[in-house]
Amino acid sequence: MARSLGQLRHRPPRYSAAALAWRGLRGHTWPRVWRDPELKTSYDAVVVGGGVHGLATAYYLARNHDITDVAVLDKAYLGSGGSGRNTAIIRANYLTPAGVAFYGRSLQLYNSMAVDLNINVMFSERGHLTLAHTDGALRTMRWRAEVNKLGGVDSSVIGPGEIKKIVPSLDTSDRPRYPILGALYHPPGGIVRHDAVVWGYARAADHLGVEMHQRTEVLDVLCSGGEGPGGKGAGGRVTGVRTNRGDISTPVVINCTAGWASLVSAMAGVRLPIVTHPLQAAVTEPVKMFLPAVVVSGSLHVYVSQTSRGELVFGASVDPVATYSVRGSSEFTEELAGHVLQLMPGISQMRLLRQWAGLCDMTPDYSPVMGFTPVEGFLVDVGWGTYGFKAGPVSGEQMAEVVATGRTPELIEPFALSRFNTGNLVGEKGAAAVGH
Amino acid sequence: MLLVPCPNCGPRNSADLRYGGESHARPDPATASPHEWRAYLYLRHNPAGWLRETWYCRSGCRRWFALERNTATNEFRDPPLPGDKRGGAA
Ligand SMILES: Cc1cc2nc3c(=O)[nH]c(=O)nc-3n(C[C@H](O)[C@H](O)[C@H](O)COP(=O)(O)OP(=O)(O)OC[C@H]3O[C@@H](n4cnc5c(N)ncnc54)[C@H](O)[C@@H]3O)c2cc1C
Ligand SMILES: [Zn+2]
Repeated sequence: MARSLGQLRHRPPRYSAAALAWRGLRGHTWPRVWRDPELKTSYDAVVVGGGVHGLATAYYLARNHDITDVAVLDKAYLGSGGSGRNTAIIRANYLTPAGVAFYGRSLQLYNSMAVDLNINVMFSERGHLTLAHTDGALRTMRWRAEVNKLGGVDSSVIGPGEIKKIVPSLDTSDRPRYPILGALYHPPGGIVRHDAVVWGYARAADHLGVEMHQRTEVLDVLCSGGEGPGGKGAGGRVTGVRTNRGDISTPVVINCTAGWASLVSAMAGVRLPIVTHPLQAAVTEPVKMFLPAVVVSGSLHVYVSQTSRGELVFGASVDPVATYSVRGSSEFTEELAGHVLQLMPGISQMRLLRQWAGLCDMTPDYSPVMGFTPVEGFLVDVGWGTYGFKAGPVSGEQMAEVVATGRTPELIEPFALSRFNTGNLVGEKGAAAVGH
Repeated sequence: MLLVPCPNCGPRNSADLRYGGESHARPDPATASPHEWRAYLYLRHNPAGWLRETWYCRSGCRRWFALERNTATNEFRDPPLPGDKRGGAA
């Protein structure tokens, strides 16, 4: 079913070194990366949210299933949500077999993404270290390593000596208040250029005929036959969406709005096990490369990586108070600096350049909510919390399959909304609360 | 910094309190169906607007209380007086 490049709806220029040189020398400008078509009044499917999840879903609908009459609607601009604010850590070293299989598939898709989407996503498979400072943490690392190996994901527990060899700048002595006892080492983990991933999916989906509509906010989900007011809620079915630019009729609406997921689901009368919390991150001035791997410390509530431009990118756990406001706080920077200096005393003279926050749709078990809801035609791909960027590719692939076949693929069965009714939670807190 | 108006201690930094989240009535464990119980445990309204929520003043009066906060702007409504069950008037 997969479309080959020859079948593309319209032929955009390919990205390559030769094309860059040719256009550069002749002074040709590049055309717009995606079109800006008129909004129609009806589509086969409407995706709400133009982050990596919505765009990947639209792309795989077109590429794998030939469903191209699809609109992606975003109230702001593509990548304005978590997809443009995350710290871009990609890994598959989760705690549950379901999580390992799922994120492992995403890692595979990231590996071939540059070729599949014809864009340089700068995926740097540099290795990922989760430090243990307590016996309890070390025990969880051993557990994760075994589950990972069984799922075919490369992970192992290493000691302070080996850690020092991989990241010489870490203080592995017994001087700090929380000495490093060991680490879960995950060589295939790394970082990616998150904007390129978003633009890559948008561009590839556009080439296949999908429409992207920015500054198009979904104000209501139109339903009929449901038990609630306006025909919404259980037993009902989707008939369309109301936007700030008019009504659209469609039998399928896919909610990919992450931090705003509860609001869009409420429009269809569907309640979610989600609370929205901000997550902050910060970046320093660029310095010469010295940090070769991603380093996470659960006990110290911080993680750090160095971009290929040389900046250190820091993050932590979510802010404790639920809110839709993305204002940064000085408490965050202070705490962050204190903890980072415990790990790497050598960087005390570095200056922070920027600090920002994004919204995270937190679930009780730190696993996503994917697939069908009690409203026919209203699908969700939400609950991405602090860890959902890495899941964009596999989620798009799987959600497209849900739409095309009307069935839930095995890989995402454990993440169904119905698990909160049966009690079969997929507890990933131990692998996702600090390291995203 | 978020200043939380504790009804007993006055405004305090939110870091001095524990956030208890959305407050809603607990169903009677003796009669609730598993479905109702799980909905109470897991499902949340998570609105972008006024929300009634609970806080625990852990380094002050050590009491739980309910407040109304606008989750989009983080402003609080008049805090209720101690013992006041209304959760604050508009
Ligand atoms: C600081 C930070 C660091 C993070 N670090 C990592 C990391 O290292 N690794 C990782 O895997 N994950 C990380 N994450 C999580 C990750 O960013 C998110 O889980 C992921 O980007 C979610 O993608 P999405 O496409 O589902 O949603 P988003 O990218 O948030 O997109 C949702 C879109 O929906 C739109 N929208 C909302 N409401 C409406 C409406 N009514 N109508 C139309 N459009 C609407 C918004 O404008 C937005 O563009 C981090 C998050 C943050 C904030
Ligand atoms: Zn108090």
